[in-house]
This record gives sequence, C-alpha cells and structure tokens, in this order.
Amino acid sequence: MTTTVPETNGVPLPHVAPATRPDRGGTGPRRGRRALTAGAPRWQIYLPLGLYLLFTLVPFYWMLLFALRPSGSTSLVPWPATTAHFSKVWNDLGFAVFFKNSLLIGVATLVMTTVVALLGGYALARFDFRAKRAFLLALLCSQFIPGALMLVPLFQIFSELRMIDSLWSVIVAETVFQLPLSIILISGFIKNVPVSLEEAAWVDGCGRIRAFCAVVLPLLRPGLIAVGSFAFVHSWNHFLFSLMFLSTQEKYTIPVGLSYTIGSGESVELGTLAAGGVVAAVPVVIVFAFIQKWLVTGFSAGAVKG
Amino acid sequence: MATAVAKPPRPPRRRPSGAARRTPYVLIAPAVLLMLGFIAYPMLSVLYYSLQDYNVTKPWRNGFAGLGNFRRILFDDPLFWQSLLFSLKWVVAEVGLQLALGLALALIVNQTFVGRGLSRALVFSPWAVSGVLTTTIWMLLYNPATGISRYLADAGIGEYGTSVLSDPDTVFPAAVLAELWRGVPFFAILILADLQSIPNELYEAASVDGAGRFRRFFHITLPHLRDAIVLSTLLRAVWEFNNVDLLYTLTGGGPAGSTTTLPLYVANTGIDGHDFGYASALTTVAFVILLFCSIVYLRLSKFGSDRT
Repeated sequence: MTTTVPETNGVPLPHVAPATRPDRGGTGPRRGRRALTAGAPRWQIYLPLGLYLLFTLVPFYWMLLFALRPSGSTSLVPWPATTAHFSKVWNDLGFAVFFKNSLLIGVATLVMTTVVALLGGYALARFDFRAKRAFLLALLCSQFIPGALMLVPLFQIFSELRMIDSLWSVIVAETVFQLPLSIILISGFIKNVPVSLEEAAWVDGCGRIRAFCAVVLPLLRPGLIAVGSFAFVHSWNHFLFSLMFLSTQEKYTIPVGLSYTIGSGESVELGTLAAGGVVAAVPVVIVFAFIQKWLVTGFSAGAVKG
Repeated sequence: MATAVAKPPRPPRRRPSGAARRTPYVLIAPAVLLMLGFIAYPMLSVLYYSLQDYNVTKPWRNGFAGLGNFRRILFDDPLFWQSLLFSLKWVVAEVGLQLALGLALALIVNQTFVGRGLSRALVFSPWAVSGVLTTTIWMLLYNPATGISRYLADAGIGEYGTSVLSDPDTVFPAAVLAELWRGVPFFAILILADLQSIPNELYEAASVDGAGRFRRFFHITLPHLRDAIVLSTLLRAVWEFNNVDLLYTLTGGGPAGSTTTLPLYVANTGIDGHDFGYASALTTVAFVILLFCSIVYLRLSKFGSDRT
C-alpha cells in the first residue's frame, strides 16, 4: 500500500484505507469486534471518554455562557439570556461586514478550488502523461511548505499586482494553498468511479465532457462536498493572509475582526468578545455537523492510492 | 515521498491522437499556473532577496548583500535563535501530546458502546475551530477575574486573580493546552480511519493464539498504524511550525518575546519592519531547517519500508 497525504493546515485527510471498507460508524455493533473488545470493561471506555468530553465541551459552554448572560452576571447558567452582546458585535463592531467578507472569500475559494481541482484531478485519474509524476511530486512537496513563511514574498507579489487590500488577494492565496490537497483528493475520488461507465457513455455518442458531466459528476457529489467544505472551512478560519493583505476595516474578515476585538483589551466587554466568537463559530459548526460523518468513514473511501 | 507516486501500470489503450495527448496538459494548466505564480515564484524570489539588502524604508542601502544576511542570522541575531528554539519546543510539545491523546481517543471511540456516534461528533468538533476562535474561547477561560480560576477559587482550589497568560512560567503550558484542545481531533480522526482498515481477522487470529489486549496493540495495531503516524506527525509538525494565529492572538509573542515563533518573527521583520531582504534570508534558513528535519525524520522512521 502506498500512502499519501493527509492534510494541510489542520484538515485531516483521507486516509489510506481500502476503498471497500464498510462503514463501521453507524451500522450498529458488529459481532466480531464486540467479542474482541469484551475484554475492556465499560468503565475503561466511559471514564476517559467522559473526562475528555468535559475538556472538549466546557470551553464551548464557557463561550456561550459569556455571550448569553448579561454583563456583570457571574451565574454559571446563561439564564435569563440576553442578545445585547450579539447586537453590539454585529452592528457596532462591524461583524456584519466582516461576516459578509468572510462569506465572500469562503464561497469564492470553494468555487475556485473545486473547479480547478476537478480539472487537475481528472487529468491525474484518467490520463497517462509525461509530466504526471513531476506534477504529483510537486503537489506532494507543496504540502510541506508553510504558508506563514510565504507571507513576505506573497505580500510583495500582491503589491506589484495592486491586489493588496482587495479580497481577491486572499481568495487567490487561499485557493493556491488548498489546491494540491484538493487535486489529490479529487483524483482519488475519480479513480473510484469505474472507467467503463464513462466508456459506455462514449459509445453512446457522448463527448468526453458530456460523459463526465452526466456520468462521473453525479457520483462525485459526496467527494466534492467534502473537498468544498474543507476549502470553505479553511478560508473561513484562515487568519494570516487576511491580516497581512487586507488593511482597511471594510475589508476585514471575521478572524481579523475577532483578533482586533481581543486586542482591544479592557475597552471591549468579555460578553461582546464571546458573542463575536459565537458568530465566528456558527458557519463552521454547521459545516462540521454536515460533513463529520464523512470525516472518518467516507473519507477513507476516497483513499488516495497512488 | 517517491513511493507515494508509484502507480500500478494501466493496460495500454489505443495510441492517443495529438489533441488527446494535449488534453491532460490543458486540464492541469490552471492548477500549474496558479502554483507556479504563487508558490514557485515566491520561493525563487525569497532566494533572490535573501542575497539582497532590500528595505523600502532605507532604499539607499538596497543592493547585493552576498551572504551578509545569513551571517547576521547565524552570528548576530539572538532573536532568531530564541524564536527558533521556541518553535522547536512548541512543535515537539504539541505534536507529541496531540499524538498520544489522539491515539488514545481513537482507540476509545473505535470500541463499540452506546452513544458512540454522538461521542465521536462531540470529541471531534474542535477540529473545525480556527486559531483565533480558540484564542477567544481560552482567553475567556483564562481570564483572571471571571475565568475558570475564579470559580475554582470559589470552590477552594487555587488563588483568586491567577493570570496564567501574563506569567512567563505558565504561559507556555497554557498555550499548549489551548492548542491541544483543537489539535487532538486531527490525530484522532486520522488514526481512527486507519484503525478501521485493520482486518478483524488479524485480531481474531491473535486472540486464538492467546495474545492479550496489550500484545495485540503492540504487535498488530501499532505496526499497522506506523506509516499513517509517521506521515501525520510530519505534516502536523510543519503545520504547528506554521501555526501563527493562535500564539499571535493569545500571547502576542509575549510576555517579553518568550512565545515568539520563527514564522511570527519573519512576518514581523518583513511586513511590519519592511526588511524584505533579511526576512527572505530568515525564510530560506527556516526552509532549510524544515527540509533537513523532514528528511532525517523520514529516514529514522523508515517510512514506507515494508513491515512484517
């Protein structure tokens, strides 16, 4: 088995697992596994799991608590709840604008990454060509390039292109750093679609493009959703590029706005800061809830096999 | 990485025509152009500027500097060594702890138990949280007046007014803990995916032969996970090295520069300090260090070699 890739910037990746592996996640207990783990007493599962859940959930709860309870309250239950903090970040601190910018950047990155990666991934999956090995190697090596170290030269390039303080600088930079992984992923998904399906469509008189759209694309949907969600979550979360490339306040993204709110110290109430955090978290939580079932099982099916 | 690109030979099909031979190149063209323009070109420009004095605020000094920048880095820049050392400390602590906890978590949620689906979703959830949001959340927790420590003090544990982020002794563990919170799910997800690819028959055979849980773990599970662990730790190490947003917002590199990582130092020098030449030389040095560490690590871990 050859192994490739997981991840850039924190996205766990596909895993190299046999594509045929059944989903153990939701299909209920399986006899064999249960017999094997019968050796582990229940408390050895529930105790560490409970502790870990506490570690995971208390911070989320803390943010919600601060965002919902009135200022000055020290209650540990956010009741009676107030929306004052939310209206303050959204209207007074400009989070409505930041939200819109982040959304624009996220969607544009999602679209560009998916389209370009679809083209490249199809070439890798369906063609043998001379530069293929070199292209793959370049994709893999670029996984090891820290984006933070590219800030200075990228800043120069975008200055020369007069793109500093334009959302496009961030969109292009995000797309470029998302691409290598997305291409490798998508080519893995396309490889899982039998060529014979496409060939049957060619026989029926479809051109390559029509055959692709009619036969392959529908089957790629889960994979494309996953790749697109990654691209979106990443650019939504990414901080450095927007911090460095965008300079006027109307261009700020949510993480940049949040970081200035953090930096303003005593002048901003903690409840307001927490509400800003909730605003930043909502889209990501929605996307996560949507894709989490693919993270482990579906993604291992998209296995990147060289 | 050469093993990663090996692919099984495909049965030869009819010879493609000229146009068909061009098709794959047309398809990869957008990706290649973007990567050439915004990854390859910047890297070359970094190399070029690393040999120059280039500072927009001091244009009279701009020009070829030879190895002057590198000499300054190696012999005359305590901040470089301090930030490099901190970066290494950060990467080792984070990757080590995340791997250990991630492995344990993956083993637990791979068991069969009531509530497994929900537990998985919940423990994996910080995966999608950004560095800045992590900072927001943990600043609320660490706040000396209204954070966790106040409620602990109410309950008789610790003292009032404990400020972990402004004390040089506690700022590092505090930052490590915050980053762990969102970093562990990455390893847990990857390892869980790989755990599920271990054929059950192996465990059954081992059980029949009388191997206990620990022997099964060390002789089946761990060897099987090796390549995935090596690769994910390496990628994670690069990522943690690269990880500026959490530290930048949580500690701002302080107190007193004690949590400034190398990329943060580079960004400050190049963009805030306008010293592109010197920042480029720092970038080059950081690249060389990363490359060297990656190669050594892959060699030492015998990545991709056949296991028995």
